[in-house]
Amino acid sequence: MAEYMLALNGVTKIFNKGTQDEKRALDNFSLEVEKGDFITIIGSNGAGKTTLLNAIAGTVETDQGQIIVNDQDVTKWHDFQMARFVSRVFQSPTMGTAGEMTIEENLCMAELRGKRRGLKWGVTKSRRLRYKEVLKVLDLGLEERLKQAVGLLSGGQRQSLTLLMTTLAPPKLLLLDEHTAALDPRTASKVLDLTDTMVRENRLTTLMVTHNMNHALKYGNRMVMLHQGRIQLDIQGDEKKKLTVAEIVAKFGQTLKDETLLSC
Amino acid sequence: MLNIIPISLEQGLAYALVALGIALTFRVLAFPDLTVDGSFPLGGAVAARLIFDGMDPVTSTLIATAAGFVAGYLTGIFATKFKINSLLAGILMMTILYSVNLRIMGRANIPLLNQPTLFTPMESLNMSRDLPVIIFFLVIALVCKFAIDVFLHTEYGLGLRATGDNEEMIRSLGVNTDAATNFGLGVSNAMVALAGALIAQDQGFSDVGMGIGMIVAGLASIIIGEALIKPTTVVRLTLAAAFGSVVYRFIIALGMRMGLAPTDLKLATGVMVVIALAIPAIRGQREKKLNLRGM
Repeated sequence: MAEYMLALNGVTKIFNKGTQDEKRALDNFSLEVEKGDFITIIGSNGAGKTTLLNAIAGTVETDQGQIIVNDQDVTKWHDFQMARFVSRVFQSPTMGTAGEMTIEENLCMAELRGKRRGLKWGVTKSRRLRYKEVLKVLDLGLEERLKQAVGLLSGGQRQSLTLLMTTLAPPKLLLLDEHTAALDPRTASKVLDLTDTMVRENRLTTLMVTHNMNHALKYGNRMVMLHQGRIQLDIQGDEKKKLTVAEIVAKFGQTLKDETLLSC
Repeated sequence: MLNIIPISLEQGLAYALVALGIALTFRVLAFPDLTVDGSFPLGGAVAARLIFDGMDPVTSTLIATAAGFVAGYLTGIFATKFKINSLLAGILMMTILYSVNLRIMGRANIPLLNQPTLFTPMESLNMSRDLPVIIFFLVIALVCKFAIDVFLHTEYGLGLRATGDNEEMIRSLGVNTDAATNFGLGVSNAMVALAGALIAQDQGFSDVGMGIGMIVAGLASIIIGEALIKPTTVVRLTLAAAFGSVVYRFIIALGMRMGLAPTDLKLATGVMVVIALAIPAIRGQREKKLNLRGM
């Protein structure tokens, strides 16, 4: 039996059940993710990409099925309990950091992800030294701005910081929810390269939702395409490397009508 | 003119605990907690009743403080567990406490004039009680301010601050924000009840109506304090709350000296708060408005 870091077995999530707006965001959805996998996830609006991440992270309660992380059944876990395994970067740069708190305080909170928080001093001297070192990787000069509020940073800086925060306490699972969608193209590609480096260096098991098909093909070792809450395409390895955007469009253009195509 | 300084200092420092408690909920947790109008007299009621029944003043004051914690924690449960709107949760608790306070006291007012209180030793000194009382309240206010400053820089305290700043983010980092909110409300109201217990002993009685308008007065203090000391850090925020409380009491004393009737105080304070909150809205400064968290 292969060693799975994450397994979803027949997970179903229905929004607005019993009303006219009923929507099956996840429909008997199953996915097995091996340790070290870097999976990109694409699909049109409403295909269930974000619901999938929400279900794994525990922010959305599923209706049916089972979610296993690190050999533990986490189906009923709350989001703050999932923090033990999962680290998440949201689409909006403001969502992943506390804007009124300082850079070093944000880093400290991230370092304590999923751990017990006691009445010990938060940003200790040794932690501050470590943060200074770690921040140099970003090459944004943030190591000189430890005591500044995060709200003063630009979107790209803030998202880079959020990414760095996820690796302070390497998670079992990294969830990236269109985390470059709110950035300008140049910053987006910088943040993506940073993502790739961090994922490789820390050998993080990663799920990355993206609207950009080029990104979905360029990064990761496996790509999953969702449609109406199910997996429509699942390719990996060499097969994925050979695939081109044109081929996907030719094959699935019918179901990928929206900005996924526009951003090719 | 000069003789309003001691009384403003004494009251300002005593009520600084209330302002600190309100700063903790409104500003740090971004939770507009109205329990204060009930937890302040709760502290007075518990302390007065226990002292009246013969308990020593220190233990009585500590128990009163603990009672405030419970009240605040319950407001938190109403809001987080029962999903009651935060303003309504506070109003419900405030209303419940009115009956509770009457039950505790057994009547509307308990005099403490002939009872030993925390202030009895200061009154037996061979001097005016003004100075020792002012120093006493100054020490209490500083200790509380310092304790909050430290607490909000601990690992747990960072999570508490993030609960008010970006709840979704800190949940994803593993903080049970409901629990943090409940605890923060408990600490806030413990401080408010401590203020109630101390002020009841200082003035020589506890009255069931002594909490009316406490939130508005506290908010006025915070607004004044923040106008004078920009609250860019936690240390400055708590300083602004405590200092604002002293300035507020000074302004009130000045107003009364100039002919303001005591019965008009709440009108004056309320109008003051409305104006302070209205200015950024009228000027159309949306960002400034966002900074007034919890209001």
